[in-house]
Amino acid sequence: MIVLGAACVILALLAALYAAGAALAGTGGDRRWVVSSRRAVYAVAALLTAAVVIVEAAFLRSDFSFRVVAEHSSTTTPTGYKLTAMWSSQGGSLLLWAWVLSLASSAVLYATRSRLREIVPWATAVLMGFGAFFCGLMLFAGPDANPFARLDPAPAEGVGLTPLLRHPAMVIHPPMLYSGYVFFTIPFAFAIGALITRRLDASWIRSTRRFALIAWTFLTIGVALGARWSYSELGWGGYWAWDPVENASLMPWLLGTAFLHSIMIQERRGMLKVWNASLIVAACSFALLGTFMVRSGILDSIHAFGASTVGPPILFLIACVVLGSAALIVSRLDDLRSEKRIDSLFSREAIFLVNNLLLVGLCAVIFWGTFFPLVSEAITGTRSSVGPPFFNRLVTPLAILLVLFTGIGPLVAWRRISIGVAWRIFRLPVAAAVAAAVLLVAFTDARGEPWALALFTFAAFALAALAQEFAKGVAARRALAGGSVPGALLALVSRNRRRYGGYMVHAGIGVLLIGVAASATFQTSRDLFLSPGESASVGDYEVRYVEPTQSVSQSEDRLTLGGVLEVSSGGERFATLYPSRNYYSSRDTDPSSPVRGFFEGEATSEVGRRDGLGGDFWTAMQPDLTRLDPVIERTDRRLAGLAERLPMDDPRAQVQLAALQGSAIRAIASRYTEEGPPANFRVNVNPLVTWIWLGWLLALCGALIALWPTAEARRRRVADVYAARLARDLSRA
Amino acid sequence: MELLLIAVILLVVAVFVTAPLRRPPRQSGEEVEDPRIAELEARKEAKYREIRDAEMDREAGKLSDEDWRRQDTELRREAIGILKQLDGLREERREW
Repeated sequence: MIVLGAACVILALLAALYAAGAALAGTGGDRRWVVSSRRAVYAVAALLTAAVVIVEAAFLRSDFSFRVVAEHSSTTTPTGYKLTAMWSSQGGSLLLWAWVLSLASSAVLYATRSRLREIVPWATAVLMGFGAFFCGLMLFAGPDANPFARLDPAPAEGVGLTPLLRHPAMVIHPPMLYSGYVFFTIPFAFAIGALITRRLDASWIRSTRRFALIAWTFLTIGVALGARWSYSELGWGGYWAWDPVENASLMPWLLGTAFLHSIMIQERRGMLKVWNASLIVAACSFALLGTFMVRSGILDSIHAFGASTVGPPILFLIACVVLGSAALIVSRLDDLRSEKRIDSLFSREAIFLVNNLLLVGLCAVIFWGTFFPLVSEAITGTRSSVGPPFFNRLVTPLAILLVLFTGIGPLVAWRRISIGVAWRIFRLPVAAAVAAAVLLVAFTDARGEPWALALFTFAAFALAALAQEFAKGVAARRALAGGSVPGALLALVSRNRRRYGGYMVHAGIGVLLIGVAASATFQTSRDLFLSPGESASVGDYEVRYVEPTQSVSQSEDRLTLGGVLEVSSGGERFATLYPSRNYYSSRDTDPSSPVRGFFEGEATSEVGRRDGLGGDFWTAMQPDLTRLDPVIERTDRRLAGLAERLPMDDPRAQVQLAALQGSAIRAIASRYTEEGPPANFRVNVNPLVTWIWLGWLLALCGALIALWPTAEARRRRVADVYAARLARDLSRA
Repeated sequence: MELLLIAVILLVVAVFVTAPLRRPPRQSGEEVEDPRIAELEARKEAKYREIRDAEMDREAGKLSDEDWRRQDTELRREAIGILKQLDGLREERREW
């Protein structure tokens, strides 16, 4: 099956190269070449699907002749995680990238098979250029990058999946993130086609906007899942560490957000064409950069997969994309001249422009902070580190302004807002902001935190502005057609999905940033060292360590040492939490100290958490194993001595030794609960952190509403109504 | 056996991909929209959306009646221009 899988990738490479060539041949006017190239794209998708199926089947069968299976799975890995282990590997994730690209390209080319006649062949060539590149990486960048690299002889057991990845969020986080990256290549490819053919017009905008929104939606899901995993799994209590790879996913998201706003200005006023072309090129480039950073290991990151051979080729691809696109944009400057100007500084166009500058500014700050270590190393020879204080200091004021404009934009009309009505529109949101500020200063600790106070105030303004928009829309709808408030709201949103879906996204971002500001600024955190029966105070809470717990999972080769914590507030029971630490056996364990190796190998935290709308009570623990050291050393000496006397090549002897090791681990686990040593607990009280996840969900719902296609019949009806009205007006004029 | 399967896949892909090339020239086998009409249709949709948005802005009180009338007139004039161009192109296609 390895040969078949490798052949599928080779054939996919050939088909991708053919598709690109045939598409370019089709630019001469012979549609047969264009149709043939599209079929070749479908063939690439089918071949890579077959390749994925072969790899997944190998994981399910635990076929360790596949190097990727041997290095990322084992017979004891749960089935669900076996299926998703593919993208924890270099070769598997490259296959995932190429596969998602081929599926997305197939869907887009099918949807545009009778449209955008001049642009599609160029877009096909660009997309299949990417496809051929990633297939080529798999075949020529070394065994690490090849999902069909063979191990001969095949080992009897695999290394297993990294314990940190054994989490439901990790199942879907990489595919969502990669889908976001891949989907940004679609509007990029169509932008290149539009630039080459000089057709940056309304039909290009209509298609490109939708593709960019799909990419943005996938990236939103991917980023949110990563943050949620970090908060739930990593044991440090945070959701965003300004890790380089986290930043790499945020930068194309910011640029995509900017693009989705400024493309509306081009659609209405024929302005910002150079800006939009540059934004979509930048978004795609940063998406490729994100792939480069995950896969090259060039920067220290929890996502770092070690140095690899794919870094230089991806960097070369990025350079080609940036330089080639820049040259194309410069050569088309005459065609990209704006048709109109901004009528008024107090218009939605002007607000969107400010919004864009803030988003691009944020991206620039994050880019500088992320790559400064590399720059400093290149210049001085020493790699300086840039941590959260740098990012927080520069990002915070920009984010606060962004929240403000998130509220101003929806209030202002296109072209201009009448000055006479401006106060009437703004007074309620301004009043809400002032009220929020007064209440926060009077009754909370926000008065001592000016940045947080500013964000809360502007967020209150934005949320009040958006609520006002919905309320006025519902009132107008009911005045026109009657009906109930829920019915009018449903009709309002369904008939104006782009507008009100966008408002929901704005509201979601506002809610999210409130959660970020509150949890980051007002977090209470303490590190406790408690023995069973001892208590400590954390903020308004009393925490008592009741007793230690232990469990052993043979199927997952996992030992869990944990504890029971009782949390009370004001004398009332608040929560009972069960934080724990998981220890996993590893094939790299030193044979002279198998038990010690168990505890010094990979470990993960299971946090104890009580979620609430007002905030989370979060705890992670680290058992103190020093009291068990003598037992562990004694056990290791006995097992090592036994191992020396056993014949190494006798499988039955090895099985018996493994059974003895298992018994020893279970005995030590029991000793842990009997002796009840103290443990380290990190306890965080995170106000409003749940608002982050709720805000993200709200933004996602808004994006899906904005994406949802309107019924063709409804569009024709509306068009017919307006055509009739226009005809009537024309006849009266 | 694997090699045979690979050869069959290669053959199937080659036949599928090159099938359009075996048709006579000028017969790609598909209808393609006129890009000029597609462009005007897209501009028409965008213009109708602008007209609707201006009305909603007036209903929400963001535009005074006077400003709305001025904008609405301009937008409808632009929409009529697009409709006229569309009619002209469709007439041209029918004659052709």
